[in-house]
Amino acid sequence: MADIRSNFLGIKAPNPFWLASAPPTDKAYNVVRAFEAGWGGVVWKTLGEDPHIVNVNGPRYGAIHGPDRRLLGFNNIELITDRPLDVNLREIKQVKRDWPNRAMIISLMVPCEEKNWAAILDKIEDCGADAIELNFGCPHGMSERGMGSAVGQVPEYIEMVTRWCKAHTRMPVIVKLTPNITDIRQPARAAKKGGADAVSLINTLNSIVSVDLDAMAPVPTVDGKGSHGGYCGPAVKPIALNMVAEIARDPETDGFPISGIGGITTWRDAVEFMVLGAGTVQVCTAAMTYGFKIIDELAAGLGDWMNSARYGALDDIIGRAVPNLSDWQYLNLNYIAKARIDQDLCIKCGRCHVVCEDTSHQAITSRVNGERMFEVIDEECVGCNLCVNVCPVENCITLEAITEGVDPRTGKPIDPDYANWTTHPNNPDRVVRAAE
Amino acid sequence: MALTNPRDRPDIRAGRLDTGCYGENFSDLHPPLSAHEARVQADRCYFCFEAPCTGACPTSIDIAIFIRQIAAGNPSGAARTIFRDNILGGMCARVCPTETLCEEACVRNGAEAKPVRIGLLQRFATDHFMTEGGQPFTRAAPTGKKIAIVGAGPAGLSCAHRLAVLGHEVTIFDAREKAGGLNEYGIASYKTVDDFAQKEVAFLLAIGGITVETGKALGRDLDLGELRESHDAVFLGLGLGGVNGLGIEGEELSGVIDAVGYIAELRQVGDLATLPVGRRVVVIGGGMTAIDIAVQTKLLGADEVTLVYRRARERMNASLFEQELAQTRGVLLRHRARPLRLIGNGKGHVSAIEFEITEEENDGLSGTGETFTLEADMVFKAIGQTFLDISLGDTVGDIAMDRGRICVDAKRRTSLEGVWAGGDCVAGGEDLTVAAVEDGKVAALSIHCAVGGVSRE
Repeated sequence: MADIRSNFLGIKAPNPFWLASAPPTDKAYNVVRAFEAGWGGVVWKTLGEDPHIVNVNGPRYGAIHGPDRRLLGFNNIELITDRPLDVNLREIKQVKRDWPNRAMIISLMVPCEEKNWAAILDKIEDCGADAIELNFGCPHGMSERGMGSAVGQVPEYIEMVTRWCKAHTRMPVIVKLTPNITDIRQPARAAKKGGADAVSLINTLNSIVSVDLDAMAPVPTVDGKGSHGGYCGPAVKPIALNMVAEIARDPETDGFPISGIGGITTWRDAVEFMVLGAGTVQVCTAAMTYGFKIIDELAAGLGDWMNSARYGALDDIIGRAVPNLSDWQYLNLNYIAKARIDQDLCIKCGRCHVVCEDTSHQAITSRVNGERMFEVIDEECVGCNLCVNVCPVENCITLEAITEGVDPRTGKPIDPDYANWTTHPNNPDRVVRAAE
Repeated sequence: MALTNPRDRPDIRAGRLDTGCYGENFSDLHPPLSAHEARVQADRCYFCFEAPCTGACPTSIDIAIFIRQIAAGNPSGAARTIFRDNILGGMCARVCPTETLCEEACVRNGAEAKPVRIGLLQRFATDHFMTEGGQPFTRAAPTGKKIAIVGAGPAGLSCAHRLAVLGHEVTIFDAREKAGGLNEYGIASYKTVDDFAQKEVAFLLAIGGITVETGKALGRDLDLGELRESHDAVFLGLGLGGVNGLGIEGEELSGVIDAVGYIAELRQVGDLATLPVGRRVVVIGGGMTAIDIAVQTKLLGADEVTLVYRRARERMNASLFEQELAQTRGVLLRHRARPLRLIGNGKGHVSAIEFEITEEENDGLSGTGETFTLEADMVFKAIGQTFLDISLGDTVGDIAMDRGRICVDAKRRTSLEGVWAGGDCVAGGEDLTVAAVEDGKVAALSIHCAVGGVSRE
């Protein structure tokens, strides 16, 4: 029976699912509901200095929807807590007392001076929390005042503030990274150099989700005007996965603990983050879309998959895919795959044909012997996988490696040896022996 | 085959159809979803707060979660969610009148008059799990307590399974040759193809700790008093052994048949082509059984099947879906007519049945005096089943009854100490498989507490 108990930086929880710092973790009422539903931990919505900030009174959110109004991307102009510090601290202390076995992390954001950080750390010292998370990621609101992503985009600041915090607290320090940056490895390395115990990522991405064409202003529109917001939800998962992977495979942060955030909705999303190096995962948009009950599916799905794949504990899966992360130039050019269409499952919509014909390699028929029929033409197929991705029926089109014989497209025999671009004769910078 | 004198010889024979037709006619009424269809259907679920579908389910299955698990690519997890609250989720997925339960409550009815296909999704998940061959529960350490269960239908099976999970030793007695109760002997054949009832029984019994003794009837081979003495508790899942009679002239004629008995035979016969069926069939009744016999005789090749119900159409117990099913299969539904007398052919066989048109008044049904006659080779009685209290033996006077069935409280306790009951034999129930499963579950937990167990929840 798989054990999904989590131990991240010594913080124990019944499962690795935390709620990210956001409205769902704003106050005791929300957090207690989350714990009652079964969440393993929460990162309390970012605390700041008094007097607290004040946000707009609507609207604060925009969204991108898929078919049937399924929420795919979410855009927020939420800020840090708008409640007094002492109210938050009191509640944190009480909740931790009532739920000692769940992870309680406090997210913090104060002005970029050591005395400010020292002061707030002193105040939260006896809350009983398990760790702190430094918010260097807010892309709006706070960044205009020299906080949030104004810090997160400058590695030197990250290192400096992290160092201050480590000096003024006994709790583990997690640094939350902003994705609004060119090379995520820089801030991650800086956090580690500053003494951070872990990084969490991603925070939200700068975005405008749509424009109100009547008001001629971005959405959410506040009294006729709009600002950029932070993008999150299922749409950002690929960006987050890549950034987690980059940090996991960077030799300088090899094995560095990561808490993964970004569009996690079902068990599979969570596992993808974990096998790329995340020890815990944080969820927000999915909870704000469906409610806390989703934890039932997340936890059961994680455990069921681990059982079926014969993994006994989380340590067996964390980072398991990292060794298979590579660069394009090292991918095997001798690996040949072709698309295969299962005619029993095919519903004959023809989308595979038209996208291949219009935009790709003209490798799928539209008629065979005069009948409407969609088949792959091996002589043209490069195995790009476009048809697999556009087909509306799962597993109707699959990509299959061919390992013997000749590639009908090139006329060349399949080479069983590995070879990549670095040694290819067409590469002006080629080397003699292929690096991996 | 021309009959020189139709009234002399009733036209009843087997093999009315070509061989291939039987398989086709009796194939799955609701073919299972493919993986793609399941994904498309699961996508439609909105994951409601305090989902109305769960509220409408007598076993309170966490439907929103199991559908979400299917959508997330975890059908086994979905099955576990289902089995946690309903171990007979496989059969329920096939026979539940979802159109009046979960699917009626689905919020998408309000949105675009098309509920999520919850029943089919439940079948998708449970089929997947049962094909993989796992077990959703593990048995607790043996408690040393012994429970007797009378009746291996859904109520008894559900009760037995839950008790076995909790570590108790259970013996199920059933009068018939096979376990399953109405799942095996009553449910329409096209709802449970491929011997599913027995497969499900085997799946359920694999938990361990349950022994089934068939061919043992309460009142004949078993005595309730003795069972109470030799076991720590007794659960009665006796079902309804009796059938209401018409109470009219001619009922003793050949060809006037109890529908329940014929359906049982239909379910057990290996080759449907060997089952004799009349050319002209009349069914008296308005519930699910009446529909089942009407549809199945039509599927066996009867030319004309007429179902006659004594009240107005709105009063029929059979759901709208079932009524429409009958109509699309070619059954003629007639309402507001009650049988007056059965007419014989002079040789002891029924040949016709006379009806009187009725009207509904404040104080009940009354005849209008207007009559009509239908010719029939076979007449089926499907006007309700009754509980046979003869099975209770000497205790029949002691056990509290209500309208001819056993009285139970919220925990399914009868008025006899140490005796619980559930399923159709109990008063005030819904006479559904799923309701029987819930009865068994609730009773098992109550029994568990009563014999000294501590709740695992």
